[in-house]
Amino acid sequence: MAISGIFFYLFASVTIAAGVMVISARNPVHSVLFLILAFFNSAGLFVLLGAEFVAMILVIVYVGAVAVLFLFVVMMLDVDFAELREGMLQYLPVGGTIGIILMIELILVLGVWAFSPEAGTLAAAPTPPPADVTNTEAIGLLLYTKYVYLFQAAGVVLLIAMVGAIVLTLRHKPGVKRQVIADQVARGPQTAIEIKKVKPGQGI
Amino acid sequence: MLEIGLSHYLTVAAILFTIGIFGIFLNRKNVIIILMAIELMLLAVNINLVAFSAFLNDLVGQIFAMLVLTVAAGEAAIGLAILVAYFRNRGTIAVEDINVMKG
Repeated sequence: MAISGIFFYLFASVTIAAGVMVISARNPVHSVLFLILAFFNSAGLFVLLGAEFVAMILVIVYVGAVAVLFLFVVMMLDVDFAELREGMLQYLPVGGTIGIILMIELILVLGVWAFSPEAGTLAAAPTPPPADVTNTEAIGLLLYTKYVYLFQAAGVVLLIAMVGAIVLTLRHKPGVKRQVIADQVARGPQTAIEIKKVKPGQGI
Repeated sequence: MLEIGLSHYLTVAAILFTIGIFGIFLNRKNVIIILMAIELMLLAVNINLVAFSAFLNDLVGQIFAMLVLTVAAGEAAIGLAILVAYFRNRGTIAVEDINVMKG
């Protein structure tokens, strides 16, 4: 138990330190890398909680996809980021005040959380004991039966996001020859073939 | 001290959420950092969901966390696509310049 406590404090402190660095790093590329660190360590927190599948999904989706996407965009845009940081100290007092008030409120509310005695009996889908069913299998048994419509809806959300991102960024440059299927299909023998009469013994 | 309860995880999530909000205030001009701060806030929500799921012995929290993850991934993709399209048209990503649609 002591080991998991030590690891909790390790993961939690690194996550929070990386979160602070994400918003305060001078270079946005460093921000993205600290974001990756924060996600890795919160995946560690999830493993401590016994949610291995969500932890691995977090690593794959965020580190493998979202963070790399951020990295591509940050490196692709030719922006003077130092100019964007101007006036940062101007926003520090009001932002800091609101942030500290909000954090104190959240900790006051959540820190003294206690479950009612009958909370254990109200679970919509009680977790099976880990000795019988692994976490991944238990999630699969629940996700593909009771929550299959939500699963499909998540797929639709991803499809729409994909179509939207492609439509937003696709660009046709002028002067580049593109394939037009309709023109190809509409071609008849009159335009496609040219018949030349060649007299015997002479060239064209 | 080393006995970790629900309130420890909720406190970490609360601090992370506050960092996200603070990041939006601090980097008011840089859309990329604002998007990253939103990702941090969504991560804090996910930590809350998974912590409640583990301590209440209810798997639905983890399923919900995965759905939040899906929406967060879609949001990041769309947000960055809008950012790239905007940068191509205007040559800047400063938030203060994004007022073309103002009536």
